Amino acid sequence: MADIHITIHNKTFATATEPTIADFTLSLVSGEFVCLVGASGCGKTTLLNIIADLDYDYDGDIVVGQQHKSPKIGYIFQNPRLLPWRTVRENIELALPDDYAGDVVDNLLDIMQLTPHQHVYADRLSLGMGRRVSIIRAFAVNPELLLMDEPFVSLDPPTARQVRALLLQLWQQRPHTVLFVTHDLREAITLADKLIFLSANPMQIISEVLVAIPRNERNNELAVENFRQQLLNEHPDIKQLL
Amino acid sequence: MPNKALSILSAMIFLALWQGLASYLHSHTLPTPVVVAMVFWKECRSGQLPFHLGVTLLRLVVSFTIAMSLGCAIGIMLGRSKKLDSFFDNWLVIFLNVPALVTIILCYVWFGLVESAAILAVVVNKLPNVIVTIREGTKALDQDLLDMARCYRFSRRKILQHVIWPQLHPFVMGATRTGLALIWKIILVVELLGRSNGMGYQLHLFFQLFDVASILAYTVAFVSVIQLIELTILKPLDRKSQQWRR
Repeated sequence: MADIHITIHNKTFATATEPTIADFTLSLVSGEFVCLVGASGCGKTTLLNIIADLDYDYDGDIVVGQQHKSPKIGYIFQNPRLLPWRTVRENIELALPDDYAGDVVDNLLDIMQLTPHQHVYADRLSLGMGRRVSIIRAFAVNPELLLMDEPFVSLDPPTARQVRALLLQLWQQRPHTVLFVTHDLREAITLADKLIFLSANPMQIISEVLVAIPRNERNNELAVENFRQQLLNEHPDIKQLL
Repeated sequence: MPNKALSILSAMIFLALWQGLASYLHSHTLPTPVVVAMVFWKECRSGQLPFHLGVTLLRLVVSFTIAMSLGCAIGIMLGRSKKLDSFFDNWLVIFLNVPALVTIILCYVWFGLVESAAILAVVVNKLPNVIVTIREGTKALDQDLLDMARCYRFSRRKILQHVIWPQLHPFVMGATRTGLALIWKIILVVELLGRSNGMGYQLHLFFQLFDVASILAYTVAFVSVIQLIELTILKPLDRKSQQWRR
Protein backbone atom coordinates (compact mmCIF):
# COMPACT_ATOMS: atom_id res chain seq x y z
CA MET A 1 0.00 0.00 0.00
CA ALA A 2 1.16 3.52 -0.74
CA ASP A 3 0.45 6.94 0.69
CA ILE A 4 -2.08 8.96 -1.26
CA HIS A 5 -1.93 12.71 -1.85
CA ILE A 6 -4.94 14.58 -3.12
CA THR A 7 -4.78 18.14 -4.38
CA ILE A 8 -7.82 19.93 -5.71
CA HIS A 9 -7.17 23.47 -6.92
CA ASN A 10 -10.69 24.08 -8.04
CA LYS A 11 -13.93 22.19 -8.43
CA THR A 12 -16.85 24.29 -9.57
CA PHE A 13 -20.12 22.75 -10.75
CA ALA A 14 -21.41 24.01 -14.08
CA THR A 15 -24.56 25.29 -12.41
CA ALA A 16 -22.73 27.15 -9.61
CA THR A 17 -20.79 30.41 -9.54
CA GLU A 18 -18.74 29.69 -6.41
CA PRO A 19 -16.33 26.75 -6.27
CA THR A 20 -17.45 23.81 -4.13
CA ILE A 21 -13.86 22.85 -3.36
CA ALA A 22 -10.86 25.19 -3.67
CA ASP A 23 -7.17 24.95 -2.72
CA PHE A 24 -7.71 21.68 -0.93
CA THR A 25 -4.98 19.19 -0.08
CA LEU A 26 -5.31 15.92 1.78
CA SER A 27 -2.64 13.33 2.48
CA LEU A 28 -3.52 9.83 3.56
CA VAL A 29 -0.89 7.68 5.23
CA SER A 30 -1.01 4.04 4.22
CA GLY A 31 -3.26 1.97 6.49
CA GLU A 32 -4.78 5.00 8.18
CA PHE A 33 -8.51 5.28 9.00
CA VAL A 34 -9.51 8.90 8.39
CA CYS A 35 -12.94 10.35 9.06
CA LEU A 36 -14.11 13.48 7.27
CA VAL A 37 -16.62 15.36 9.39
CA GLY A 38 -18.59 18.26 7.99
CA ALA A 39 -22.06 19.65 7.55
CA SER A 40 -24.15 18.06 4.81
CA GLY A 41 -23.75 19.77 1.46
CA CYS A 42 -20.19 20.92 2.16
CA GLY A 43 -18.75 18.83 -0.68
CA LYS A 44 -17.69 15.58 1.00
CA THR A 45 -19.41 13.33 -1.51
CA THR A 46 -18.04 15.48 -4.35
CA LEU A 47 -14.57 14.90 -2.96
CA LEU A 48 -15.09 11.13 -2.80
CA ASN A 49 -16.45 11.08 -6.36
CA ILE A 50 -13.39 12.97 -7.58
CA ILE A 51 -11.09 10.48 -5.85
CA ALA A 52 -13.10 7.57 -7.28
CA ASP A 53 -12.75 9.06 -10.78
CA LEU A 54 -16.54 9.32 -11.10
CA ASP A 55 -16.18 13.09 -11.39
CA TYR A 56 -13.24 14.16 -13.54
CA ASP A 57 -14.32 17.71 -14.28
CA TYR A 58 -11.97 19.42 -11.79
CA ASP A 59 -8.57 21.06 -11.61
CA GLY A 60 -6.20 19.08 -9.45
CA ASP A 61 -4.06 15.99 -9.04
CA ILE A 62 -4.08 12.66 -7.26
CA VAL A 63 -0.79 10.89 -6.50
CA VAL A 64 -0.58 7.29 -5.29
CA GLY A 65 2.96 6.52 -4.11
CA GLN A 66 4.93 8.16 -6.90
CA GLN A 67 2.35 7.70 -9.66
CA HIS A 68 -0.12 10.29 -10.89
CA LYS A 69 -3.27 8.21 -11.13
CA SER A 70 -6.53 7.41 -9.42
CA PRO A 71 -6.08 4.79 -6.73
CA LYS A 72 -7.82 1.45 -7.00
CA ILE A 73 -11.03 2.09 -5.12
CA GLY A 74 -13.44 0.15 -2.96
CA TYR A 75 -16.44 2.41 -2.57
CA ILE A 76 -19.16 1.89 0.03
CA PHE A 77 -21.94 4.24 -0.99
CA GLN A 78 -24.72 5.75 1.10
CA ASN A 79 -27.07 3.26 -0.53
CA PRO A 80 -25.54 -0.17 -1.01
CA ARG A 81 -25.90 0.09 -4.82
CA LEU A 82 -26.19 -3.66 -5.31
CA LEU A 83 -27.57 -5.13 -8.51
CA PRO A 84 -31.02 -6.30 -7.30
CA TRP A 85 -31.23 -8.94 -10.07
CA ARG A 86 -28.02 -10.66 -8.95
CA THR A 87 -27.39 -12.72 -5.82
CA VAL A 88 -25.23 -11.61 -2.91
CA ARG A 89 -22.32 -13.69 -4.16
CA GLU A 90 -22.70 -12.57 -7.77
CA ASN A 91 -22.72 -8.94 -6.65
CA ILE A 92 -19.37 -9.45 -4.96
CA GLU A 93 -17.84 -11.56 -7.70
CA LEU A 94 -18.80 -9.13 -10.46
CA ALA A 95 -16.50 -6.50 -8.93
CA LEU A 96 -13.58 -8.93 -9.06
CA PRO A 97 -11.33 -9.78 -12.00
CA ASP A 98 -12.24 -12.98 -13.87
CA ASP A 99 -9.40 -14.99 -12.29
CA TYR A 100 -10.17 -14.16 -8.65
CA ALA A 101 -9.71 -16.68 -5.84
CA GLY A 102 -13.07 -17.94 -4.58
CA ASP A 103 -11.92 -18.48 -1.00
CA VAL A 104 -11.44 -14.72 -0.54
CA VAL A 105 -15.17 -14.27 -1.05
CA ASP A 106 -15.97 -17.26 1.19
CA ASN A 107 -13.83 -15.82 3.95
CA LEU A 108 -15.36 -12.35 3.70
CA LEU A 109 -18.90 -13.75 3.64
CA ASP A 110 -18.03 -15.72 6.75
CA ILE A 111 -16.70 -12.71 8.67
CA MET A 112 -19.75 -10.64 7.70
CA GLN A 113 -22.07 -13.54 8.69
CA LEU A 114 -23.62 -13.73 5.25
CA THR A 115 -22.61 -17.24 4.16
CA PRO A 116 -26.18 -18.61 4.57
CA HIS A 117 -27.52 -15.76 2.43
CA GLN A 118 -24.98 -15.82 -0.38
CA HIS A 119 -27.43 -17.11 -3.00
CA VAL A 120 -30.24 -14.72 -2.11
CA TYR A 121 -31.12 -12.00 -4.62
CA ALA A 122 -29.88 -8.61 -3.42
CA ASP A 123 -33.40 -7.24 -3.89
CA ARG A 124 -34.59 -9.35 -0.96
CA LEU A 125 -31.98 -8.28 1.59
CA SER A 126 -32.69 -6.11 4.60
CA LEU A 127 -31.00 -2.72 4.71
CA GLY A 128 -28.35 -3.89 7.15
CA MET A 129 -27.54 -6.98 5.11
CA GLY A 130 -27.24 -4.88 1.97
CA ARG A 131 -24.70 -2.66 3.72
CA ARG A 132 -22.71 -5.71 4.76
CA VAL A 133 -22.64 -6.99 1.18
CA SER A 134 -21.41 -3.64 -0.07
CA ILE A 135 -18.69 -3.70 2.59
CA ILE A 136 -17.59 -7.16 1.45
CA ARG A 137 -17.53 -6.02 -2.17
CA ALA A 138 -15.32 -3.08 -1.27
CA PHE A 139 -12.83 -5.20 0.70
CA ALA A 140 -12.87 -8.06 -1.83
CA VAL A 141 -11.27 -5.99 -4.60
CA ASN A 142 -8.32 -5.32 -2.27
CA PRO A 143 -8.34 -1.59 -2.97
CA GLU A 144 -5.59 0.95 -2.43
CA LEU A 145 -8.18 3.20 -0.85
CA LEU A 146 -11.56 2.45 0.72
CA LEU A 147 -14.10 5.23 0.40
CA MET A 148 -17.14 5.19 2.66
CA ASP A 149 -19.88 7.74 2.28
CA GLU A 150 -22.02 7.69 5.45
CA PRO A 151 -22.63 3.97 5.01
CA PHE A 152 -24.64 3.57 8.22
CA VAL A 153 -26.84 6.60 7.80
CA SER A 154 -30.35 5.14 7.57
CA LEU A 155 -29.87 2.10 9.79
CA ASP A 156 -31.56 1.79 13.17
CA PRO A 157 -29.02 2.23 16.03
CA PRO A 158 -28.59 -1.48 16.98
CA THR A 159 -28.09 -2.51 13.35
CA ALA A 160 -25.72 0.39 12.76
CA ARG A 161 -23.71 -0.66 15.84
CA GLN A 162 -23.56 -4.25 14.64
CA VAL A 163 -22.46 -3.37 11.09
CA ARG A 164 -19.95 -0.85 12.45
CA ALA A 165 -18.42 -3.52 14.71
CA LEU A 166 -18.21 -5.96 11.78
CA LEU A 167 -16.57 -3.29 9.65
CA LEU A 168 -13.94 -2.61 12.31
CA GLN A 169 -13.30 -6.33 12.74
CA LEU A 170 -12.80 -6.72 9.00
CA TRP A 171 -10.59 -3.66 8.76
CA GLN A 172 -8.36 -4.89 11.60
CA GLN A 173 -7.93 -8.24 9.87
CA ARG A 174 -7.29 -6.62 6.50
CA PRO A 175 -5.84 -3.16 7.03
CA HIS A 176 -6.61 -0.67 4.27
CA THR A 177 -6.38 3.08 3.96
CA VAL A 178 -9.89 4.38 4.64
CA LEU A 179 -11.56 7.70 3.96
CA PHE A 180 -14.85 7.71 5.84
CA VAL A 181 -17.40 10.50 5.50
CA THR A 182 -19.86 11.18 8.32
CA HIS A 183 -21.56 13.97 10.20
CA ASP A 184 -21.94 11.84 13.30
CA LEU A 185 -19.07 12.79 15.62
CA ARG A 186 -19.51 9.80 17.94
CA GLU A 187 -19.33 7.43 15.02
CA ALA A 188 -16.21 9.19 13.75
CA ILE A 189 -14.49 8.93 17.14
CA THR A 190 -15.39 5.23 17.42
CA LEU A 191 -13.87 4.39 14.05
CA ALA A 192 -11.07 6.76 13.13
CA ASP A 193 -7.37 7.21 13.70
CA LYS A 194 -7.69 10.79 12.57
CA LEU A 195 -10.60 13.21 12.32
CA ILE A 196 -10.62 15.95 9.71
CA PHE A 197 -13.17 18.73 10.13
CA LEU A 198 -14.38 20.50 7.01
CA SER A 199 -16.03 23.84 6.39
CA ALA A 200 -18.27 24.68 3.45
CA ASN A 201 -18.22 27.16 0.52
CA PRO A 202 -15.61 26.30 -0.54
CA MET A 203 -14.77 23.14 1.37
CA GLN A 204 -11.64 23.54 3.44
CA ILE A 205 -9.98 21.76 6.35
CA ILE A 206 -10.61 23.55 9.65
CA SER A 207 -8.69 21.21 11.89
CA GLU A 208 -7.20 17.74 12.13
CA VAL A 209 -7.45 15.76 15.37
CA LEU A 210 -5.87 12.41 16.24
CA VAL A 211 -8.17 10.13 18.22
CA ALA A 212 -6.22 9.28 21.35
CA ILE A 213 -8.48 6.46 22.57
CA PRO A 214 -6.80 3.04 22.16
CA ARG A 215 -8.55 0.72 19.69
CA ASN A 216 -9.61 -1.76 22.36
CA GLU A 217 -11.48 0.93 24.32
CA ARG A 218 -13.54 2.24 21.41
CA ASN A 219 -16.57 0.20 22.50
CA ASN A 220 -16.61 2.09 25.78
CA GLU A 221 -19.28 4.71 25.17
CA LEU A 222 -18.16 6.77 28.14
CA ALA A 223 -14.63 7.11 26.77
CA VAL A 224 -16.00 8.16 23.38
CA GLU A 225 -18.37 10.67 24.98
CA ASN A 226 -15.57 12.16 27.14
CA PHE A 227 -13.37 12.52 24.11
CA ARG A 228 -16.20 14.21 22.23
CA GLN A 229 -16.83 16.73 25.05
CA GLN A 230 -13.16 17.50 25.34
CA LEU A 231 -12.93 17.97 21.57
CA LEU A 232 -15.88 20.37 21.50
CA ASN A 233 -14.43 22.36 24.39
CA GLU A 234 -11.02 22.64 22.76
CA HIS A 235 -12.32 23.42 19.28
CA PRO A 236 -15.43 25.58 19.60
CA ASP A 237 -15.48 26.17 15.81
CA ILE A 238 -16.34 22.48 15.29
CA LYS A 239 -19.69 22.85 17.06
CA GLN A 240 -21.28 24.79 14.25
CA LEU A 241 -20.48 22.00 11.76
CA LEU A 242 -22.53 19.43 13.60
CA MET B 1 -58.44 -22.56 -10.63
CA PRO B 2 -61.42 -20.22 -11.12
CA ASN B 3 -59.44 -17.89 -13.43
CA LYS B 4 -58.65 -20.69 -15.84
CA ALA B 5 -62.26 -21.87 -15.80
CA LEU B 6 -63.35 -18.31 -16.47
CA SER B 7 -61.11 -17.97 -19.53
CA ILE B 8 -62.30 -21.32 -20.91
CA LEU B 9 -65.90 -20.24 -20.32
CA SER B 10 -65.31 -16.96 -22.14
CA ALA B 11 -63.83 -18.81 -25.14
CA MET B 12 -66.83 -21.14 -25.19
CA ILE B 13 -69.25 -18.22 -25.11
CA PHE B 14 -67.35 -16.54 -27.94
CA LEU B 15 -67.62 -19.70 -30.09
CA ALA B 16 -71.29 -20.15 -29.16
CA LEU B 17 -72.10 -16.56 -30.15
CA TRP B 18 -70.27 -17.02 -33.44
CA GLN B 19 -72.08 -20.30 -34.11
CA GLY B 20 -75.46 -18.81 -33.22
CA LEU B 21 -74.99 -15.69 -35.33
CA ALA B 22 -73.70 -17.63 -38.33
CA SER B 23 -76.55 -20.16 -38.15
CA TYR B 24 -79.06 -17.35 -37.85
CA LEU B 25 -77.67 -15.31 -40.77
CA HIS B 26 -77.01 -18.41 -42.82
CA SER B 27 -74.74 -16.41 -45.13
CA HIS B 28 -71.83 -17.51 -47.31
CA THR B 29 -69.79 -14.58 -45.95
CA LEU B 30 -70.02 -15.74 -42.32
CA PRO B 31 -69.35 -19.48 -42.06
CA THR B 32 -69.90 -21.26 -38.75
CA PRO B 33 -66.92 -22.31 -36.59
CA VAL B 34 -67.56 -25.91 -37.61
CA VAL B 35 -67.16 -25.07 -41.31
CA VAL B 36 -63.99 -23.08 -40.56
CA ALA B 37 -62.58 -26.01 -38.59
CA MET B 38 -63.29 -28.36 -41.48
CA VAL B 39 -61.58 -26.04 -43.98
CA PHE B 40 -58.67 -25.70 -41.56
CA TRP B 41 -58.30 -29.48 -41.39
CA LYS B 42 -58.51 -29.86 -45.19
CA GLU B 43 -55.88 -27.13 -45.77
CA CYS B 44 -53.59 -28.73 -43.22
CA ARG B 45 -53.86 -32.15 -44.83
CA SER B 46 -53.18 -30.80 -48.31
CA GLY B 47 -50.03 -29.15 -46.93
CA GLN B 48 -51.03 -25.75 -48.28
CA LEU B 49 -51.57 -24.08 -44.93
CA PRO B 50 -48.40 -25.37 -43.23
CA PHE B 51 -46.32 -24.32 -46.26
CA HIS B 52 -47.61 -20.74 -46.50
CA LEU B 53 -47.66 -20.34 -42.74
CA GLY B 54 -44.06 -21.58 -42.61
CA VAL B 55 -42.93 -19.14 -45.29
CA THR B 56 -44.53 -16.23 -43.45
CA LEU B 57 -43.09 -17.34 -40.11
CA LEU B 58 -39.63 -17.55 -41.65
CA ARG B 59 -39.95 -13.97 -42.90
CA LEU B 60 -41.21 -12.99 -39.45
CA VAL B 61 -38.22 -14.56 -37.70
CA VAL B 62 -35.64 -13.02 -40.07
CA SER B 63 -37.07 -9.50 -40.09
CA PHE B 64 -37.85 -9.57 -36.37
CA THR B 65 -34.30 -10.64 -35.51
CA ILE B 66 -32.75 -7.94 -37.68
CA ALA B 67 -35.10 -5.22 -36.40
CA MET B 68 -34.67 -6.14 -32.73
CA SER B 69 -30.89 -6.48 -32.72
CA LEU B 70 -30.28 -3.35 -34.81
CA GLY B 71 -32.93 -1.45 -32.86
CA CYS B 72 -31.46 -2.41 -29.47
CA ALA B 73 -27.94 -1.41 -30.53
CA ILE B 74 -29.01 1.94 -31.99
CA GLY B 75 -31.46 2.59 -29.14
CA ILE B 76 -28.76 2.06 -26.50
CA MET B 77 -26.36 4.34 -28.41
CA LEU B 78 -28.94 7.13 -28.71
CA GLY B 79 -29.94 6.73 -25.08
CA ARG B 80 -26.35 7.02 -23.90
CA SER B 81 -25.30 9.96 -26.09
CA LYS B 82 -27.20 13.24 -26.01
CA LYS B 83 -25.47 14.47 -29.18
CA LEU B 84 -26.34 11.43 -31.27
CA ASP B 85 -29.86 11.56 -29.91
CA SER B 86 -30.50 15.17 -30.86
CA PHE B 87 -28.94 14.55 -34.30
CA PHE B 88 -31.03 11.49 -35.13
CA ASP B 89 -34.24 12.50 -33.36
CA ASN B 90 -35.71 14.11 -36.49
CA TRP B 91 -34.85 11.10 -38.61
CA LEU B 92 -36.66 8.89 -36.12
CA VAL B 93 -39.76 11.05 -36.18
CA ILE B 94 -39.82 10.89 -39.97
CA PHE B 95 -39.38 7.11 -40.12
CA LEU B 96 -41.92 6.59 -37.34
CA ASN B 97 -44.55 8.43 -39.34
CA VAL B 98 -43.97 7.14 -42.86
CA PRO B 99 -46.96 4.85 -43.56
CA ALA B 100 -46.05 1.17 -43.80
CA LEU B 101 -47.57 0.97 -47.25
CA VAL B 102 -45.28 3.71 -48.55
CA THR B 103 -42.12 1.95 -47.34
CA ILE B 104 -43.30 -1.31 -48.85
CA ILE B 105 -44.05 0.24 -52.23
CA LEU B 106 -40.76 2.16 -52.26
CA CYS B 107 -38.76 -0.94 -51.37
CA TYR B 108 -40.39 -2.92 -54.19
CA VAL B 109 -39.94 -0.06 -56.68
CA TRP B 110 -36.31 0.53 -55.79
CA PHE B 111 -35.12 -3.05 -55.24
CA GLY B 112 -37.58 -5.09 -57.28
CA LEU B 113 -40.08 -7.74 -56.22
CA VAL B 114 -37.46 -9.79 -54.39
CA GLU B 115 -37.22 -11.42 -50.98
CA SER B 116 -34.62 -8.97 -49.64
CA ALA B 117 -36.82 -6.01 -50.54
CA ALA B 118 -39.71 -7.62 -48.65
CA ILE B 119 -37.58 -8.18 -45.56
CA LEU B 120 -36.11 -4.68 -45.78
CA ALA B 121 -39.59 -3.15 -45.95
CA VAL B 122 -40.64 -4.97 -42.78
CA VAL B 123 -37.43 -4.06 -40.94
CA VAL B 124 -37.69 -0.38 -41.89
CA ASN B 125 -41.24 -0.34 -40.56
CA LYS B 126 -40.39 -1.94 -37.23
CA LEU B 127 -36.94 -0.48 -36.54
CA PRO B 128 -37.95 3.05 -35.41
CA ASN B 129 -40.35 1.58 -32.84
CA VAL B 130 -37.66 -0.58 -31.30
CA ILE B 131 -35.16 2.28 -31.29
CA VAL B 132 -37.54 4.65 -29.52
CA THR B 133 -38.57 2.08 -26.89
CA ILE B 134 -34.98 1.04 -26.11
CA ARG B 135 -33.78 4.65 -26.16
CA GLU B 136 -36.33 5.60 -23.51
CA GLY B 137 -35.28 2.55 -21.48
CA THR B 138 -31.63 3.52 -21.74
CA LYS B 139 -32.36 7.08 -20.64
CA ALA B 140 -34.05 5.70 -17.53
CA LEU B 141 -31.00 3.60 -16.52
CA ASP B 142 -29.96 3.92 -12.88
CA GLN B 143 -26.94 6.25 -12.88
CA ASP B 144 -25.97 5.13 -9.35
CA LEU B 145 -25.48 1.56 -10.52
CA LEU B 146 -23.52 2.70 -13.58
CA ASP B 147 -21.26 4.78 -11.32
CA MET B 148 -20.79 1.77 -9.07
CA ALA B 149 -19.79 -0.34 -12.08
CA ARG B 150 -17.38 2.35 -13.26
CA CYS B 151 -15.75 2.70 -9.88
CA TYR B 152 -15.28 -1.07 -9.59
CA ARG B 153 -13.89 -1.05 -13.14
CA PHE B 154 -16.41 -3.46 -14.66
CA SER B 155 -15.52 -4.41 -18.23
CA ARG B 156 -17.79 -3.17 -21.03
CA ARG B 157 -19.22 -6.66 -21.41
CA LYS B 158 -20.01 -6.92 -17.69
CA ILE B 159 -21.70 -3.52 -17.68
CA LEU B 160 -23.85 -4.44 -20.66
CA GLN B 161 -24.74 -7.91 -19.44
CA HIS B 162 -25.21 -7.35 -15.72
CA VAL B 163 -26.04 -3.66 -15.26
CA ILE B 164 -27.71 -2.38 -18.44
CA TRP B 165 -29.46 -5.42 -19.91
CA PRO B 166 -31.51 -6.41 -16.81
CA GLN B 167 -32.80 -2.82 -16.61
CA LEU B 168 -33.68 -2.80 -20.30
CA HIS B 169 -35.40 -6.17 -20.13
CA PRO B 170 -38.97 -4.85 -19.61
CA PHE B 171 -38.48 -2.45 -22.52
CA VAL B 172 -37.12 -5.21 -24.75
CA MET B 173 -40.06 -7.43 -23.87
CA GLY B 174 -42.43 -4.57 -24.62
CA ALA B 175 -40.77 -3.98 -27.97
CA THR B 176 -40.91 -7.73 -28.66
CA ARG B 177 -44.62 -8.04 -27.97
CA THR B 178 -45.71 -4.96 -29.89
CA GLY B 179 -43.12 -5.90 -32.51
CA LEU B 180 -44.54 -9.35 -33.17
CA ALA B 181 -48.04 -7.95 -33.49
CA LEU B 182 -46.91 -5.15 -35.80
CA ILE B 183 -44.51 -7.18 -37.94
CA TRP B 184 -46.84 -9.97 -38.86
CA LYS B 185 -49.51 -7.53 -39.95
CA ILE B 186 -46.98 -5.73 -42.15
CA ILE B 187 -45.62 -8.98 -43.53
CA LEU B 188 -49.06 -9.92 -44.81
CA VAL B 189 -49.28 -6.65 -46.74
CA VAL B 190 -45.75 -7.15 -48.08
CA GLU B 191 -46.72 -10.62 -49.29
CA LEU B 192 -50.00 -9.45 -50.70
CA LEU B 193 -48.25 -6.77 -52.78
CA GLY B 194 -45.20 -8.53 -54.05
CA ARG B 195 -44.64 -12.18 -53.15
CA SER B 196 -46.04 -15.37 -54.64
CA ASN B 197 -46.24 -17.33 -51.41
CA GLY B 198 -47.02 -16.81 -47.74
CA MET B 199 -50.16 -15.99 -45.81
CA GLY B 200 -50.65 -12.60 -47.42
CA TYR B 201 -50.55 -14.05 -50.89
CA GLN B 202 -53.06 -16.76 -49.95
CA LEU B 203 -55.41 -14.29 -48.29
CA HIS B 204 -55.31 -12.22 -51.45
CA LEU B 205 -56.40 -15.27 -53.47
CA PHE B 206 -59.22 -16.09 -51.04
CA PHE B 207 -60.35 -12.48 -51.16
CA GLN B 208 -60.70 -12.67 -54.96
CA LEU B 209 -62.73 -15.87 -54.53
CA PHE B 210 -64.76 -14.45 -51.60
CA ASP B 211 -63.70 -17.56 -49.71
CA VAL B 212 -64.33 -16.32 -46.16
CA ALA B 213 -64.05 -19.78 -44.57
CA SER B 214 -60.45 -20.14 -45.78
CA ILE B 215 -59.59 -16.58 -44.69
CA LEU B 216 -60.87 -17.38 -41.20
CA ALA B 217 -59.09 -20.74 -41.13
CA TYR B 218 -55.76 -19.07 -41.97
CA THR B 219 -56.41 -16.37 -39.39
CA VAL B 220 -57.09 -18.95 -36.70
CA ALA B 221 -53.86 -20.74 -37.61
CA PHE B 222 -51.83 -17.56 -37.41
CA VAL B 223 -53.33 -16.30 -34.17
CA SER B 224 -52.68 -19.72 -32.62
CA VAL B 225 -49.04 -19.66 -33.67
CA ILE B 226 -48.51 -16.18 -32.22
CA GLN B 227 -50.23 -17.29 -29.01
CA LEU B 228 -47.96 -20.34 -28.93
CA ILE B 229 -44.88 -18.09 -29.25
CA GLU B 230 -46.17 -16.01 -26.35
CA LEU B 231 -46.80 -19.06 -24.16
CA THR B 232 -43.74 -21.15 -24.95
CA ILE B 233 -41.06 -18.48 -25.48
CA LEU B 234 -41.99 -15.05 -24.12
CA LYS B 235 -43.78 -16.02 -20.88
CA PRO B 236 -41.04 -18.42 -19.68
CA LEU B 237 -38.39 -15.82 -20.62
CA ASP B 238 -40.28 -13.25 -18.56
CA ARG B 239 -40.60 -15.57 -15.60
CA LYS B 240 -36.92 -16.49 -15.64
CA SER B 241 -35.63 -12.94 -15.85
CA GLN B 242 -38.09 -11.58 -13.31
CA GLN B 243 -37.57 -14.22 -10.63
CA TRP B 244 -35.40 -11.85 -8.59
CA ARG B 245 -38.41 -9.63 -7.97
CA ARG B 246 -40.29 -10.04 -4.73
